[in-house]
Order: sequence, then structure tokens, then C-alpha cells
Amino acid sequence: MQIKLTDQPIDVAAVLAAAESEEAGAVNAFIGTVRNRSEGRRVVRLHYEAYPPMAVHQLHRVAEMAQEKWPMLRKIAVTHRHGTLEIGDVAVVVAVSTPHRADSFAACEYIIDTLKEVVPIWKKEEYEDGTVWVAAHP
Amino acid sequence: MNLTVALFGIAREIVGKSSLEVSVPAGQSAAGLLAELRQQYPALAELRSLAVAVNNDYAADDVALHERDEIALIPPVSGG
Repeated sequence: MQIKLTDQPIDVAAVLAAAESEEAGAVNAFIGTVRNRSEGRRVVRLHYEAYPPMAVHQLHRVAEMAQEKWPMLRKIAVTHRHGTLEIGDVAVVVAVSTPHRADSFAACEYIIDTLKEVVPIWKKEEYEDGTVWVAAHP
Repeated sequence: MNLTVALFGIAREIVGKSSLEVSVPAGQSAAGLLAELRQQYPALAELRSLAVAVNNDYAADDVALHERDEIALIPPVSGG
């Protein structure tokens, strides 16, 4: 299990390599990228803020939960970036490996979905005319 | 007892700093801390959610806080 939080550009190939396993027939990855639109508005850039020790701890917990739900998982690698990200930048990579492909899709989706619910990282969208903390208000 | 509460994201902007000293009764719960802070900073009450983290884990409402705990306010997360 390789969990990383970084303020530098993510080396996607390195995260994929960390998920490789000779016992796996499938490596599955999710790559989260910075989009140029949100709620109909043009996004100029994103700012990700993290609470680093808790973010790393919760990323480990998410990976451990995935391992429990999919015992056949061979490797898990997650890297999340924080700081100022430009349109098109990679914000997060989740990579997993399993013997067979069906479990790899399911486990990968579970990890990114759960990460988005519990990991203490906050995204602030910057528009031409202001900024908004995503999902802060009902 | 005196607690040090770390603040992030919109909570940090509402309070105006990244760390807050707050005085609460000994044995105060996580829910009690939230109530106290929402009263001091009403804009915190308008958020979709607000959680308390103690030593890098989410704390249930009834968890008792201690002076040496690492405490943080967790507004709605939006990673990934």
C-alpha cells in the first residue's frame, strides 16, 4: 500500500508502477484532473488545501477498508496533490491491482468515492470574478 | 481547560486564522465544542457540515476532549 500527499506535480506512471504485482492480471486506475467548468461557470484554477497528517491517516484507512472488502487486492497506490492546480493538472491518482479485472474496477471506484467523503482535503474554485469553497454550503 | 483548535478551508476564513485557542469546561464533548464555536462564529452554523477531528480521526458527538488532544475543525471536505 503506497499512500502519498504531495504539493508537487504527480508522476502518474510512478503511481501505476507502485500498483503493479506479478500476482495481478489487472491494474486499474482513476486519474482525477482539474476541469475548466463547474456549475456552468468557467474555472480559472483550483486551490486544494489539506490537513496533512489526518489526510494521510484517512487515506490509509480508506485503503485498508478497500483491502477488507476486496481481499484479493494485491496492491493499492493513492497519491493526492494539494496546492494551486491549473486546468488539466492531475489532482489525484488511485491505482489498484487484482487477479481479475472485475474486482479492480469495483475497488478503484470504491476508493475514490470513499476518499471524496472522508479525506480532509478542501477544494476552492477560482473563477474570473471570485472564489468558492466547493460544497461548503447547502 | 484550554483547547487549541486547528482550522482549515472555509472555517479558517470565517474565524480569520488557522489556529484558535478556546476555553471550555473540563471534559467538554466534541458536540459541546461545536456549539461553543458556532455561537462565537455564527457563520460556522451556516455550513453544510462541521466535524471535529481528534488526533487525526473523526470524533463522535459524545467524545470527551482533553487539553493535549490534536483537535481540528473539519468543514465539508471536497478532495478527489
